[in-house]
Amino acid sequence: MYQFINTVLIGITSGAIYSLMAIALVLVWRSTRVVNFAQAGMALLSTYIGYECIQRFHSFWLALFIAMIAGAGIAAAVDSVFMRTLFRRVSHGPIAGVAPIIATLGLLGLIRAGLGLFVGNADVSIRPPVSNIGYTISGHTLAFSPLKLVIVSSAMTLMLALSLLFSKTNIGLSLRASAFSPEIARLAGVKVDRVRTLGWAIAGAAGAAAGILQTPNGTGALSPDSLDFSLLLVFGFIAAVIGGLDSLLGAVLGGLLLGLVLAFVLTYISGSLVFITAFVLLIIVLLVRPQGIIGMNRGRRA
Amino acid sequence: MTTPSAILAVEKLSVDFGGLHALRDVYLELYSQEVVGVIGPNGAGKSTLFNALCGIVEPTDGSLTLNGISHAWPKTHELADLGIARTLQGVGLFPDLTVLENVMIGATKFANSGFISAAFGRSKDEARLRERAMLALERVYGTGFAHRRADSLSYPDSKRIAIARALVSEPKILMLDEPAGGLGEEDILWMNGLIHNLKLQCSVLLVEHHMDVVMSVCDRIYVLNFGEVISSGDSEKVRRDPAVIAAYLGTGVE
Repeated sequence: MYQFINTVLIGITSGAIYSLMAIALVLVWRSTRVVNFAQAGMALLSTYIGYECIQRFHSFWLALFIAMIAGAGIAAAVDSVFMRTLFRRVSHGPIAGVAPIIATLGLLGLIRAGLGLFVGNADVSIRPPVSNIGYTISGHTLAFSPLKLVIVSSAMTLMLALSLLFSKTNIGLSLRASAFSPEIARLAGVKVDRVRTLGWAIAGAAGAAAGILQTPNGTGALSPDSLDFSLLLVFGFIAAVIGGLDSLLGAVLGGLLLGLVLAFVLTYISGSLVFITAFVLLIIVLLVRPQGIIGMNRGRRA
Repeated sequence: MTTPSAILAVEKLSVDFGGLHALRDVYLELYSQEVVGVIGPNGAGKSTLFNALCGIVEPTDGSLTLNGISHAWPKTHELADLGIARTLQGVGLFPDLTVLENVMIGATKFANSGFISAAFGRSKDEARLRERAMLALERVYGTGFAHRRADSLSYPDSKRIAIARALVSEPKILMLDEPAGGLGEEDILWMNGLIHNLKLQCSVLLVEHHMDVVMSVCDRIYVLNFGEVISSGDSEKVRRDPAVIAAYLGTGVE
């Protein structure tokens, strides 16, 4: 029984982080129809900025906040300078569809290599802001520590704030309208280019939060060639696809589902099957239900 | 006495699509509180004219004057600030937003566009936009379904909402792209009345196939054929113009 509860708790914790990354990917996809591989690089860079803040100010929370602001700034700059130029230069022709995606892949490599050049490839570590020793209930130690509580509640708070932004504000309205049809939104008076960049910025902040929350949850180690960030990108992407790539709610549910499935495979079957399971899940969803579990079947117009 | 300058004047507008002349030397004037119709057989260039004015296609040549001042061809995102709003032939509502939200999108230019402040204070700004949207809905008798999803509306109702979305930006120039298209007789009469009343608050530029509508609501009419203006003037003059009759006979009478 305790093993079952522990598995669920582990699944929810890692799932919450995947959800944040999935949200970042979905936001960029919705606003510019780009699968942003550079999201992992941008998150890594933001996490390093967070790490610097922790060294200087000794506050995890301040670091989280600054990293998210930095992540937003980096993403906004990438969209408004780099992507916008790219879209203008390669607006049609045979490679128009794939060029932006390859460009983000290039950007991912560039950020990692540049970061390696700048900070060196040695590991640094982010210490957990609170204890990572599990709570104890009647003699049993749970796989849920104050740190994991912090991670889950931060992720949930961010997601709640985002859903309020999207459903209750005029900006959210512009984001939704621009995602559905930039042409019609533009005709109706929405400054679509600005809204797009805002979509990237929010994605950058969400990715930064995912990066800085995940690091102390794992080994605590941070390096430019970190495998953890590659996995964060891959799992975030799988979660986003499970959710239908177009839906924020889908991204959250996809992340939690993926986290839970992987936790159960890890506990009850074998650790060596975790990756295989993740990719099999991705392929099954693509083959059986390509519109995702939320099932927003409607494509966007124009 | 000087004549008042047109709020919108197009001169020598030409649009080429790779060697194909979609529009050639088209001229058009729109005065304050006037309803002007653009008619012509299918493929005459009416939509291209609208699209050129909206920054959707790029003119090859020609000049634009707004309120007597020469102006570059507007980009789509500048239209709202220039006081120009347009409805689309295919309605173009956002299906998964509510009717009210759809109309609010049209009021974006009134939002205090500071992104951060708007994100954290949904407060007054939000309430004002909502209020504006409700007023626009009232004008088209659409308040009753303000909170329904746009894709749950009947076709005639969604056409009304599209007009409300254009009206909410308080345009000086309202461009209506086939507002009566696909409507039944009763709704056409209603649309007729609405366009008539719109004159009180703005000028209307109208592309329309229903001749009854055009003839009854338009103060002046421009007739396009093969991308050129072949006739213009009030409905009587245009109706009797042999060039117009020939153009319509040649393609089947509407």
